[in-house]
Amino acid sequence: MSVLVRVCGDIDTAEECVQDAFAAAVQRWPVDGVPPSPAGWLITTARNRAIDRARREQSRDARQAAALALSDTDPPEEVGPVQDDRLRLVFTCCHPALAPAARVALTLRLLGGLTTAEIARAFLVPEATMAARITRAKKKIAAARIPYRVPRDADLPDRLRDVLAVVYLVFNEGQLTRADLAAEAIRLGRLLVELMPDEPEARGLLALMLLAESRREARVAPDGSLLPLTEQDRSRWDRPLVDEGRALVRQCLRRGQPGPYQVQAAISAAHTDGPPPDWTQLRQLYDLLLTMTPTPVVALNRAVVIAELDGPAAALPLVEELPLEHYYLFHAVRADLLRRLGRHPEAVAAYESALGSAPNDAEIAFLRRRLADYQRARDARPSA
Amino acid sequence: MPQYLLSVYQPQGTPPEPDALAAIMERVAKNEQEMKDAGVWLFSGGLEAQETATVVRATGGLRSDGTLANDDVLVTDGPFVEAKEYLGGLTIIECDDLDEALRWGRRTTLAIGLPIEVRPFYWAKS
Repeated sequence: MSVLVRVCGDIDTAEECVQDAFAAAVQRWPVDGVPPSPAGWLITTARNRAIDRARREQSRDARQAAALALSDTDPPEEVGPVQDDRLRLVFTCCHPALAPAARVALTLRLLGGLTTAEIARAFLVPEATMAARITRAKKKIAAARIPYRVPRDADLPDRLRDVLAVVYLVFNEGQLTRADLAAEAIRLGRLLVELMPDEPEARGLLALMLLAESRREARVAPDGSLLPLTEQDRSRWDRPLVDEGRALVRQCLRRGQPGPYQVQAAISAAHTDGPPPDWTQLRQLYDLLLTMTPTPVVALNRAVVIAELDGPAAALPLVEELPLEHYYLFHAVRADLLRRLGRHPEAVAAYESALGSAPNDAEIAFLRRRLADYQRARDARPSA
Repeated sequence: MPQYLLSVYQPQGTPPEPDALAAIMERVAKNEQEMKDAGVWLFSGGLEAQETATVVRATGGLRSDGTLANDDVLVTDGPFVEAKEYLGGLTIIECDDLDEALRWGRRTTLAIGLPIEVRPFYWAKS
């Protein structure tokens, strides 16, 4: 697909040529046998269709030039040039001039190879809406001339951040409920590492996704409620994914160019140590993350680590100063600290606040269980 | 080569103090010179306040076949729409693609301190 976009100069024509090539394959391969390089065969066939199309429309100068350019190019190879074309396509699909939702849709459509119907289902929008979103984005790419090119070095860090954000968005969308989307994001993450082996943040993102994915099974209790990391049954973690994630984190550390995804992956990997994990190391990692992404949510997670190291009394003031009244985990963390400090009515009130702002059933079930356990424990101790 | 319109969106209200304005205009002139040096600059200009605008309108409107219903024209005082932000000025550049246009857009917003809309021309003559 990515080769054809370069050859055709526009995404729609490229898609049609690829469809033609697949149609031809369906007819020919059962008769002639599968060619030694199926991908190469498809690319060559699709490229020939592109040349035919361009020749048919030679009335316009631009088309003529396109036909010339096409017949000039060497036969496509499967390694180098294809990789370069895919990388160009990554940056076109994730261009900052496109709306974030359109970036996600284009990336899944053109790099992930999902159909418009599949993308629409994954994001719970009508297929017509998703089709319109993709059409509009393609139209903008053509009309505004969003280039089909890897950004120059000066722009690369910003643009890479946009690309990684799209993949992470897809992953998070798939985390709890839609396993297929999470798998697709990991596939895209692997592709990015393959295409940009020298970008440690791409590796960091892949590690972060693999480590989160390794806990998919363990994260949900039999009753459907969410289990926090420290309460999960480690034997239910997907060990190969954990090992791969940890290996990637080690590779990142050796490079010594930390970025937010790498640090988050390192935090996730540190939680696979022990038990218990090395809380001092975790504090250092959160301190580092806080300098890179100084958000209240990071500060909240850091406070959880402080509670383990210095006790709940040290952590509570750090939590209470955060502007996160609408975030259920703020209330859940606060409730937990108040419980450990024996401040009973305040703890119950905080659990209630958390329940009121929890985003889904699994989180609500987790909080209810916490609250019930707590009240049972208190009832068992009449002196409290 | 593709051409792009860089529009300056200006909020309603009092303009900057003279000293501040002078500093802004100095940066704008420098940016324009850089555009000229790079060979991308075609035109730039700042517009008078929107109260100075006059609208002329073919009152008969268009028929579905593209012809005009009649030759009547109405002239009215004021801008086409009253808005919180209005077109304050514009630059037209010619460059390879949107990435390059956005690079100039970025420099322009950093010179003026106001948002810049970067929009491709569908066609252009000069």
